Amino acid sequence: MSEGRSTLLERLRRLTETYGPSGREDAVRALIEEEIRPFADEVRVDALGNLIARRAPRGAAGAAGASRRVLVAAHMDEIGLIATHIDDNGFIRFDPVGGQDAKVLVGQRVRFENGVIGIIGHEKLEDAKDLKLAKLFIDIGARSGAEARERVRVGDMAVFHRPLERAGDRLIAKAMDDRSGCAVVIEAMSRLESSPHEIFFVFTVQEEVGLRGARTAAYGVEPDVAVAVDITLAGDTPEPAHRVDVKLGKGPAIKIKDLSVISHPLVRDWMTRAAEGHGIPYQYEVLPIGGNDAGAMQVARAGVPSGTLSIPCRYAHTPVEMVDAGDLENAVRLLVAMLEGPIG
Amino acid sequence: MLLARLSEALGVSGDEGAVRELVLEQVRPYVDAYRIDGMGNLLVVKGGNKRGPRVMLAAHMDEVGFMITKIEKNGLLRFAKVGGIDDRILIGKRVRVGPDGVPGVIGGKPVHLDRKARSVTRADDLVIDIGAGSKEEAEKVVRPGHYAGFDTAFGEFGQGCWKGKAFDDRAGCALLIEILRGEYDFPLYGAFTVQEEVGLRGAAVAAYALEPDVALVLEGTTCADIPGTEPHGQSTRLGHGPAITAMDRTVIPPRWLTDLLVWAAERRNIPYQWKRTTFGGTDAGRIHISRAGVPTAVVSVPCRYIHSPCAVMSRADFEAARDLVRGFLQDVSEGGLRR
Repeated sequence: MSEGRSTLLERLRRLTETYGPSGREDAVRALIEEEIRPFADEVRVDALGNLIARRAPRGAAGAAGASRRVLVAAHMDEIGLIATHIDDNGFIRFDPVGGQDAKVLVGQRVRFENGVIGIIGHEKLEDAKDLKLAKLFIDIGARSGAEARERVRVGDMAVFHRPLERAGDRLIAKAMDDRSGCAVVIEAMSRLESSPHEIFFVFTVQEEVGLRGARTAAYGVEPDVAVAVDITLAGDTPEPAHRVDVKLGKGPAIKIKDLSVISHPLVRDWMTRAAEGHGIPYQYEVLPIGGNDAGAMQVARAGVPSGTLSIPCRYAHTPVEMVDAGDLENAVRLLVAMLEGPIG
Repeated sequence: MLLARLSEALGVSGDEGAVRELVLEQVRPYVDAYRIDGMGNLLVVKGGNKRGPRVMLAAHMDEVGFMITKIEKNGLLRFAKVGGIDDRILIGKRVRVGPDGVPGVIGGKPVHLDRKARSVTRADDLVIDIGAGSKEEAEKVVRPGHYAGFDTAFGEFGQGCWKGKAFDDRAGCALLIEILRGEYDFPLYGAFTVQEEVGLRGAAVAAYALEPDVALVLEGTTCADIPGTEPHGQSTRLGHGPAITAMDRTVIPPRWLTDLLVWAAERRNIPYQWKRTTFGGTDAGRIHISRAGVPTAVVSVPCRYIHSPCAVMSRADFEAARDLVRGFLQDVSEGGLRR
């Protein structure tokens, strides 16, 4: 593995293992802020908690007229669970934060912000179809309601508790959605030398609950063009739930559409040209479900041409989200190639 | 009594004029300026030139109700629901119809003649009866497009309880009016919003115009402390104080802001509870994503049977909600917005 890949892997390990459900991104933000300071001219945090890093145009690349204000977004938040009630025996009821599947949750370990570990159990089920979130609870090993309430408060959130693992050339972790996007953006920031563009690298909040952070960030930044970096579903497993012609290991995906956005042709062509110009493998992605930050950014203020650079991912919204190490490296190369050159 | 007048005023989404007039009459002596914006929100300001954070308090004026869609030949009125109303609660309810508030009754096929009476009759199959004998007679007082709302007298009963319609969100309006009577050391903006029940519409433009630094939404919220509901499914409990929202379908208030609310309650021994469910949404959903973002939290008075002709609320909860919001504002006066 090259040096570039190994720093990317270590960065991804730290990012995925950090706690950060929607609305509680503080620890992820602190980690990213430290990593990106050397690569940014200014760093600020907006009212909702988005981390916004500005990089002025640098170097002689491109004609003066080619300079644009570009917003590059990756979301910091991950899906989680929020404690809604703690009963007198210390069992914690919860609601989902973002898209959660009851089938996936049973038997998982979860961790709260203060480090408290719990497992997810379920009430008696007459039938597998009765497996609903309302039948589940978190057990933190408390002997009483009072003990549980000392360790967890209503409103506290938990996330999956899993380390990153390597499986061949593939990487498995919780929160690959979208810490892999964060890692790609940070890595691209570190490698990017000259660019005619004024670039705002934005690490957004609350994507998983409705693209909320990207919306306010795009309003604040007022970009000419915006690119989200996020995972997409790979459709290369046996009998996949959704027909998506995206495979792990075939390169980053250029999103054509999902339910939130139809990538602007300007952005789609910019990505395609950069990939072909640098011999970077890529695939086009037509996703029949889901949304991403580009969906909110495109309708900010009077409209922003927007698109998405996607990282193929299996088992999204589970504790075992899987991506390909080569796809990550090529996503970094593609993002750098895009930002170095003219847009269109 | 203020809440009684607010509750009995009719103001279905899009038709908030009567409520707005009543609110304006109440707040006018206490605010520096007011305006009614293009959608009908009433926006007021106190101390706009003061230093300190721009604080927005919002309560919605509209309530759920009905719109007349067609007048049948026999003078009965077809209607559509405005906002979320359960079809099961409609038959036999009294309503007021049209600009003159003509009395009416919601009716359907009597149970004696309905072989499917064990199932719920859909609103589409019901009518509003205003006692008109013909289409022509009905047309003298009502036209398609006119509104109708529940007709419920406000009352006190039991141990410090109130009953009435539209506590969602006239409870919030009453709270906001009482709070505007106080004096604060920062610019305070009040937004009495329109069309919350049909998609948080008024709040979006109100927040855009006011550009606050922080916002608090005052609500009447669901309360399900009744038999058949497991403790963790109860949204809130009556008599256990105002509810603070940790998350709902539309907003995740920042923890530092809900911590300030908790602190305001605890240091003053004001009871409070966390809302236990995360469904539903409020104006906070639109306010917090306005422009470049506004930290926003929600404080609610628990109301049993909301979105029905008659809800039940505890006087103690209402007063505690008022004390909590006042306390929070006092803390902001003294220490600003400490994160």
